[in-house]
Amino acid sequence: MSNAQSVLFDAPGPKARRRIMVLNIIGILLALALIGYILYVMNSKDQLNPERWAVFAKGSIWSNYVLPGLLNTLKAAAISIVTSLVFGFIFGMGRLAHNKLINFLSSVVVEFFRAVPVLLMMLFLWIMLARAGWVEPASSPFVAVVIGLTLYNGSVVAELIRSGVHGLPKGQREAGIAIGLTRGQSLRLIEIPQALTAMLPALISQFIVILKDSALGYIINFNELLFNSKLVGTGNSNMLQALVICALIFILLNFALSKLAEIVSRRLSSRVPRDKKAAPAPSATMPPDVGIPAAGNNLG
Amino acid sequence: MEGYLSLWDEYGERILESFWANLQLTFWAALASLVLGTLLAIMRISPIPSLRAFGTAYVNIFRNTPLTIILTFGVLVLFGVFELKLSSDFNLNFFQIAIIGLSVYHAAFFCEAIRSGVNTVPLGQAEAARAIGLSFLPAARIIILPQAFRGAIAPMGNVLIALIKNTTVAIAGSVAEISGLMKTMLEYRADVGILIFLTVALMFVIVVLPIGALTTWLSKKLAVAR
Repeated sequence: MSNAQSVLFDAPGPKARRRIMVLNIIGILLALALIGYILYVMNSKDQLNPERWAVFAKGSIWSNYVLPGLLNTLKAAAISIVTSLVFGFIFGMGRLAHNKLINFLSSVVVEFFRAVPVLLMMLFLWIMLARAGWVEPASSPFVAVVIGLTLYNGSVVAELIRSGVHGLPKGQREAGIAIGLTRGQSLRLIEIPQALTAMLPALISQFIVILKDSALGYIINFNELLFNSKLVGTGNSNMLQALVICALIFILLNFALSKLAEIVSRRLSSRVPRDKKAAPAPSATMPPDVGIPAAGNNLG
Repeated sequence: MEGYLSLWDEYGERILESFWANLQLTFWAALASLVLGTLLAIMRISPIPSLRAFGTAYVNIFRNTPLTIILTFGVLVLFGVFELKLSSDFNLNFFQIAIIGLSVYHAAFFCEAIRSGVNTVPLGQAEAARAIGLSFLPAARIIILPQAFRGAIAPMGNVLIALIKNTTVAIAGSVAEISGLMKTMLEYRADVGILIFLTVALMFVIVVLPIGALTTWLSKKLAVAR
């Protein structure tokens, strides 16, 4: 990080140091002014009132709303992570297949689900699954969230696997074929395991997307963390506080995951075979020392 | 087929109107978040510690918060508690609050995209800029950022595509846009449910795929030859 920054400016001399110090103080003052303004506005609407925050000191709020919501969020995210990996593995193989038909069909599926907003899939599944009688109305939000997340993130994983395999040295596949493996066997046994290792940081970033997008379930009445937090906010007229706490929980979870992605990418950077000639795959293969957090692409 | 045609008779105009709302959300939010994102990127690469810390904190907070929370916050807190009125028109007010929410969220991603572009600029460029006597801001403006933007086209394209798709979340911000209309249509016209989904999905595919192709093409065409 510090390397990447010193690229852009010299070690400052006495004059520049003074200027930086002055600007630094101005920056601090501006930030304080911003915080002060926010607090002022909050105070004018009685949002700093300790009672509004103290609601969250009650154990019953946590045991009845926050923790069950968090549990549902984590459950939906965990199941979706597993199912997206399976989906991505199947369609990633499909996109790498030599059979033209399989290749074409997998490409259509992957491109389609990457281009369609997840929320549309969730809304559709939520309403139609219950109507068709395939899923009990009570569990249809949960099923819709999991399938929606799987279709989108599974397609992204398929792309990751494909670009990971393309980033491998050609010799890996040639060696596989030379010892008598079929194309499929060489993919399964030799190429994809290495591609997955190389793509691990990007995969973890995708898990952040899954965790964040599980909050879309709020819109289709899935009783996850945001949904329950809103209930708390409505019931205790402390909506601001409830949403802030809810956001903080998400931020902490995601921040931990992105730190994990960074650590993994640092540890892997020396171990992963890479085709020097191939174009670098997205952020995952970028060595961490260029200063981009490995989790920089966790777009929702 | 007849059922599908009658759907267009009934909802055709509203389908186009709603999707137009998504495109407008995209346009304004893209503009605002690009400006804010660039500012944040400059802060994050600047020599001033407090600005760097601010930029880092901003990115870490907003990148890790679900967009759904931000847009819900806009409606239930900015409007519900603080009675924020950007426009006297009730619906336009929600629309503008949603633009703020979308911009605040995507600015964090634009910032990171631009920063990844800055990292494609070789060390020698910055050194040469300093050698001819440019200080930080002129060097950033004349030498670093123009190259950085060209290197950041592909990641910025990804952010733009995510933004287009994320405008559907504005349903949580009480904006009349396509996902809300799709929900209504699914509830009243479940007989053509699949076709409703495919129609709306296709509208996004039609917008998103060309933009993806265009940014990939542009990023190759404008790549700085080194």
